[in-house]
Amino acid sequence: MDQTHIKYTLSWAAMAAMGFVLIFMAQMVGLIGHYGVTTIVLIGINVIAALGLNLVVGISGQFSLGHAGFMAIGAYATALIMGVLPGVMGFIVGMVTGIAVSGIVALIVGIPTLRLRGDYLAIATLGFAEIIRIVIMNLKITNGPAGIFGIAPFVSWQLVYILAVITLIIVVNFVRSMPGRAIIAVRDNEIAAESLGINTTKYKVIAFVLGALFAAMAGSLRASFIQSIAPKDYAFMQSIMILIIIVIGGIGSMSGTVITAIALGILDTLLQNFGSLRMVIYSVILIVVMLIRPQGIFGSRELSLKKWLFDGGDGHDTDHTENA
Amino acid sequence: MTIFIQQVINGLMLGSVYALLALGYTMVYGIIKLINFAHGDIYMLGAYFGYFFIKVLHLNFFIALVLAMAVSAVIGVLIEYIAYRPLRHSPRIAVLISALGIAFLLENGMTYLYGSDQRSFPQAIKTVQYHFYGIQVSNIQLIIAVTSIVLMLLLTYVVKRTKMGRAMRAVSADPDAATLMGININHTISFTFAIGSALAAAGGVLIGLYYNSIDPLMGMTPGLKAFVAAVLGGIGIIPGAAVGGWLIGILETMVQATSFSAYKDAIVYAMLIVILLIKPTGILGKNKREKV
Repeated sequence: MDQTHIKYTLSWAAMAAMGFVLIFMAQMVGLIGHYGVTTIVLIGINVIAALGLNLVVGISGQFSLGHAGFMAIGAYATALIMGVLPGVMGFIVGMVTGIAVSGIVALIVGIPTLRLRGDYLAIATLGFAEIIRIVIMNLKITNGPAGIFGIAPFVSWQLVYILAVITLIIVVNFVRSMPGRAIIAVRDNEIAAESLGINTTKYKVIAFVLGALFAAMAGSLRASFIQSIAPKDYAFMQSIMILIIIVIGGIGSMSGTVITAIALGILDTLLQNFGSLRMVIYSVILIVVMLIRPQGIFGSRELSLKKWLFDGGDGHDTDHTENA
Repeated sequence: MTIFIQQVINGLMLGSVYALLALGYTMVYGIIKLINFAHGDIYMLGAYFGYFFIKVLHLNFFIALVLAMAVSAVIGVLIEYIAYRPLRHSPRIAVLISALGIAFLLENGMTYLYGSDQRSFPQAIKTVQYHFYGIQVSNIQLIIAVTSIVLMLLLTYVVKRTKMGRAMRAVSADPDAATLMGININHTISFTFAIGSALAAAGGVLIGLYYNSIDPLMGMTPGLKAFVAAVLGGIGIIPGAAVGGWLIGILETMVQATSFSAYKDAIVYAMLIVILLIKPTGILGKNKREKV
């Protein structure tokens, strides 16, 4: 806790607060209307989900294609509980329940499947997410393919902004904690990590469960914001959309994830004017970005405030980003 | 009992199409370790080309099938050249996203050009039902089965007996050593994409004839299931893809006939997970010993 560190933390907090004030002002002045607020909320929700997935794919190196399944759990738990328990209380209880259920499911799914490697794990997680969706689609309580409507709206952009910032703080600090370092060690060389006494499966499961918790939180926020949910919102494509954010941002780069989520959110809004050409343009941009920068926009580097503000920091940021 | 046999036969028909698709997945994965997410959309393109050749040019069904396969093969090679080849030495996930980009492009491009509505596939061949001992088989089912088996035998011949096939196996075993032996890796990979895409297109045309309807998103679910089939059989192993395809086809039709029909896809995935947990390399996969 030297002085640079305190200065760094303070300036980080100042930047986060500045973003908040900036959006607030823009809204007050009328620079962003109802539509802009929707974009901001959806970006924030994507940031939360993508940071969770980046923890799994980028930091622990486990290729998961099942993120949408956990988002679905969060969303449906929130919607169902809010149906029984009205008011803000219902929303809070629903979100917490969703996060808890998602964590438990991730634990049950993760322990056996995380022994699988690479693409086999990808396909197993994809399978689980699809099973979750198909079960939701066929249950009576979840109202089948039609989904649940009229969920009370308790989500404002302020709430999403604060939760996204908290998620970022948790994820970044987790990566630098003891378990975080262990997870990186397992990613970089599983055999070497194991020989140093790291329980590889345990740390993979920790990353996977954490990722699922954030996915559920994102799903829960989305349910209350959009006010309706349907199983088709949580299909394979949803997992892919989140995966695209982290790959374009640079796998393992948290700042890359945040910036890409914002950029893609804005791009999506801009492309709304193109009607049915929208997805065609989007896919061409996706291919071109990958061809130009296969390692993602930021690679595995982080955009570091410390490097900008206090040139030559103590290397706090550089050591974990060099690998990967 | 007759119902059971009937379901097995129906399953084998559907499974043959999955197998055709799975072969492309498995060959591409075997050679460049890419889950080619655009593969299901080549199947869709194949169906549209078949539609075009039969409906607009009024060609014979089999000529249309061969032409659709040829055109799709060219498109498959082009896709590899444009979107995958420049990324050959990049992280694998980058190629995967590029493949997803191609998949989106094909799906949305076709939707943009031809609309998202279903089109009825021309009935190029009149359906005739045959009955044996209470089991019903249509001539279209027979065409699907015979065409797929012929194509699979042809593929086996190409991979096992020809120079190109040997090159494919060499590149998939060890690309560097293959280069040193004078094999042109780029040509070999292009050839693999051509064959895989042609098989997918054949599957698309056959399913169009069978289900009588095509749409721009028809490749998504079969694409995923064919990939599951490839993993199930042991990815990278050509007979494994056929086994996996048939297995999934039979399982799906069986479940469809029971009261759990709504869960048929879930059961397919559940079986995949169970098999992966018991034997991660797939049914026909060989266990590789890991060396430190």
